[in-house]
Amino acid sequence: MSARAGTNAGGGWLGLYVLGYLVFLYLPVLLIPLFSFNNSIQAAFPLQGFTLEWYRTLYGNPALSGALANSLVIGVIAAFGATLCGITVSYMDLYGRSPLAATISAIARLPILIPGVIVGISLLILVNLIGLGPSRVSIVLGHILVALPTTVVVMRSRFAAIPKTIREAALDLGASDWTTFRRVMLPLSLPAVLSAFMLSFLISFDEFIVVFFLAGTEPTLPLYIWSQLRFPRSLPTVMALGTVILAVSVIIAGTAEILRHRGLGAARRNPA
Amino acid sequence: MSTIVAARPSPETRISPVFRFAMLLPGGLVTFFLILFALGLVVFLAFRGNDGSLLGVGLTVENFITVATDPLYWTVTLRSLVIAGVVTLATVVTAYPVAYYLAFHAGRRRNLLLFLVTLPFWTSYLLRVFAWKIVLAYNGVLNSAFIESGLWKEPTLAFLNTPAAVVVTLAHAYAPFAILPIYVALDTIPKSLLEAASDLGARPFTSFRRVVLPNSMPGVLAAALVVFVPTIGDYVTPAMVGGPASTMIGTLIQSQFGKANDWPFGAALSVCVMLVILCVVLVARGADRRFGSRT
Repeated sequence: MSARAGTNAGGGWLGLYVLGYLVFLYLPVLLIPLFSFNNSIQAAFPLQGFTLEWYRTLYGNPALSGALANSLVIGVIAAFGATLCGITVSYMDLYGRSPLAATISAIARLPILIPGVIVGISLLILVNLIGLGPSRVSIVLGHILVALPTTVVVMRSRFAAIPKTIREAALDLGASDWTTFRRVMLPLSLPAVLSAFMLSFLISFDEFIVVFFLAGTEPTLPLYIWSQLRFPRSLPTVMALGTVILAVSVIIAGTAEILRHRGLGAARRNPA
Repeated sequence: MSTIVAARPSPETRISPVFRFAMLLPGGLVTFFLILFALGLVVFLAFRGNDGSLLGVGLTVENFITVATDPLYWTVTLRSLVIAGVVTLATVVTAYPVAYYLAFHAGRRRNLLLFLVTLPFWTSYLLRVFAWKIVLAYNGVLNSAFIESGLWKEPTLAFLNTPAAVVVTLAHAYAPFAILPIYVALDTIPKSLLEAASDLGARPFTSFRRVVLPNSMPGVLAAALVVFVPTIGDYVTPAMVGGPASTMIGTLIQSQFGKANDWPFGAALSVCVMLVILCVVLVARGADRRFGSRT
């Protein structure tokens, strides 16, 4: 397809492989929506006919709507915290010129190297020590931590893509650090801020491994799903709920992706 | 460090202390309190005895002696290492050609393909594991599809509750983690290196083996690390599709903080896992430096 036919030798076979890989990646997950419309309590072939019954069972379920409300509130607050930390940590890492800022930025990305189960138990010990105990506040703290590496990476690459001269011009013209940050750097990276916010919301909304240790009496949506998996009868309901969650995740992740490549990012990616 | 800054009067020297403090505060609180202090608590607790209280009692290495002497923990640790190792190897090897295609052959479809391979990363991990449960179950998708197509007469139990099910499910769940680091490493190889190789008469395979592969090793190692770390500590997949024969170290840690209710011992197990990861990171660092020095 491209003019550089030489570099494309073997691209055909490789293209086929990539296609197969995508099928492997998506097929198992797509079975959830498929069987959520299937008129049978079991996820098995042959399909028994189309139904919306399982989606109807989602309505008027107080346990489910409670879990949904918890997940939304926790997700928004955790996303706010993680984005705030991501912005400040990466800004100071790039422009703060202090060993402390560099250290904080390095530690902020450390959770990538710690399995979720250890993050979960370490926070469980901590919140019990400070008297919070397993609660929604504890979950928020846990999710700020889990989302932090993502927001730092997203914001850092965005700040780094803004030409240095812009910030220096603002400072030379007499703007204070605060004004430069708030009136110049932050507006220029607004799409990345929104992207970081949405991605950290999504991380919190879908997170299970850490929340398992930190939830008190109010479960989040993934914990609700986990509790329902014990009952074979609720399998179709779980699949209907899973389909809704997958759809929401895809929409939010897609929007975040578009935002992330807007403006400076797009200009850098296409060296026209 | 400050002498370099002082040598050239630049706007950087003017950062006001109040601004610096305000900007470092949120990140500093989270990193020092929620990460370092919390991990410190785990290490502290690992050296305490269990008396049912929050922080345990006394100062002891009893927990570590139990881990080291009880064959159960050796078996489970070894199994976790093998499962995480196989998953990491499988994920990285299968992801490499995809990353290669993205870097060199994707053309204008690149951004769409990049989005498609990273999208599963943003969907629920629990749901991805759950999908495999319905695929592998006794009355599940795979068995029923085989019976429907006339290949088998009876459903088989051979899928669910095996270590193989854990490997396949984990490899699928963490597949998107591996592609991006490898792709970034491949994408940043200067095209002039490849042109030089082919100008000097290297055939495509030689050029791949001698130029592309060594230059992409930092990405491969990073990919291996981001897959290995979450898989070694996983407890959800063994519980969902693994059955009792695939208990992993994460499962044991989780049960110490749940049913078994021996927090100090669970903390000691966590410290052991962190030490294992530290060893793997150091090995990867060493390998990275070896490859890095060639470029």
